Amino acid sequence: MNKQPPKTFTKMKTYRPFHSRFDPCKPIGVKFYSTPPNLYIGFQPPNLQQFPPKTALYKGTLWPLFYDFYDNPYEMKGRE
Amino acid sequence: MWIYEKKLQYPVRVSTCNPRLAKFLIEQYGGADGELAAALRYLNQRYTIPDKVVGLLTDIGTEEFAHLEMIATMVYKLTKDATPEQLRDAGLGEHYANHDGALFYHNAAGVPWTASYIQAKGDPIADLYEDIAAEEKARATYQWLIDMSDDPDLNDGLRFLREREVIHSQRFREAVEILKEERDKKKYF
Amino acid sequence: MKELPEEYYQLLEEIQAADFVLVELTLYLDTHPNDIQAIQQYNQFAQYSKQLKQTFESKFGPLQQYGNSFSDANWSWGRAPWPWQV
Repeated sequence: MNKQPPKTFTKMKTYRPFHSRFDPCKPIGVKFYSTPPNLYIGFQPPNLQQFPPKTALYKGTLWPLFYDFYDNPYEMKGRE
Repeated sequence: MWIYEKKLQYPVRVSTCNPRLAKFLIEQYGGADGELAAALRYLNQRYTIPDKVVGLLTDIGTEEFAHLEMIATMVYKLTKDATPEQLRDAGLGEHYANHDGALFYHNAAGVPWTASYIQAKGDPIADLYEDIAAEEKARATYQWLIDMSDDPDLNDGLRFLREREVIHSQRFREAVEILKEERDKKKYF
Repeated sequence: MKELPEEYYQLLEEIQAADFVLVELTLYLDTHPNDIQAIQQYNQFAQYSKQLKQTFESKFGPLQQYGNSFSDANWSWGRAPWPWQV
């Protein structure tokens, strides 16, 4: 069935690796992993909204729905 | 038949003179999940895949050569003005000893490219799932490169390349759906 | 080698943008061959890209070899700058 793509999905998930009392280093706390749009959209439906051409070039895709900006998540998260 | 167009797909810019980044970028040039592997994998698989997906493999394979050229440009811009001492300090001494400033198809650890990195099983589903996996691996590699680089212009180029992997993965997933041949049974809206 | 004029970079950026739309539409049409609206947009941009390239090539030389672009009297195809140098 051609269901509509979900209206919202998050593009970055987290998990906490187990920390042993015998681990030598300070725990990293939270690990991040990317879950880009191609996991959620299914078969691309027609007539999706588009970026203007120059914007599309710099974003790397013609369709905002597929756009997934990436930056180092470890720099952005607060220190534990 | 291939025609070459004398322009980059994307305007690559590098704003900081930091040859150390070139050592890591080369992973996407001659590495297992890099652009050369992608191009050769798809262009080779396309001979023995059903007609309806040959176009996709041809077109994505061709685009990967354009990405290979972008990586080469990044490495070239980072190393073209470096002295041997600067290259050595950037961790590129082993590379320089063999190649001077020439690029070569090896990964960040210096392991040369090999056809063992790619596969063509002749089974369309197996081939397409390998392609999806390849795109996800390349996407992840670009994330690690972006993590290590603080050059904003270079990172724009790396983000572009990562986004392309997201789109390619999407198309290969669609190709699987096409070959499952369940779509024609439903009414297209 | 002389520096390239600002116009070179501006025209090149326009071409890269138009051609990028064409790449995206090409891949989309490879899996959605029945989307007539997308085919129309593809042909519009193909036309636009050709116009931009005609302008670019008249000033800066051919973009393609093997007869896909016309050559000038200097065979500028073989001349700098090359894309990784620009």
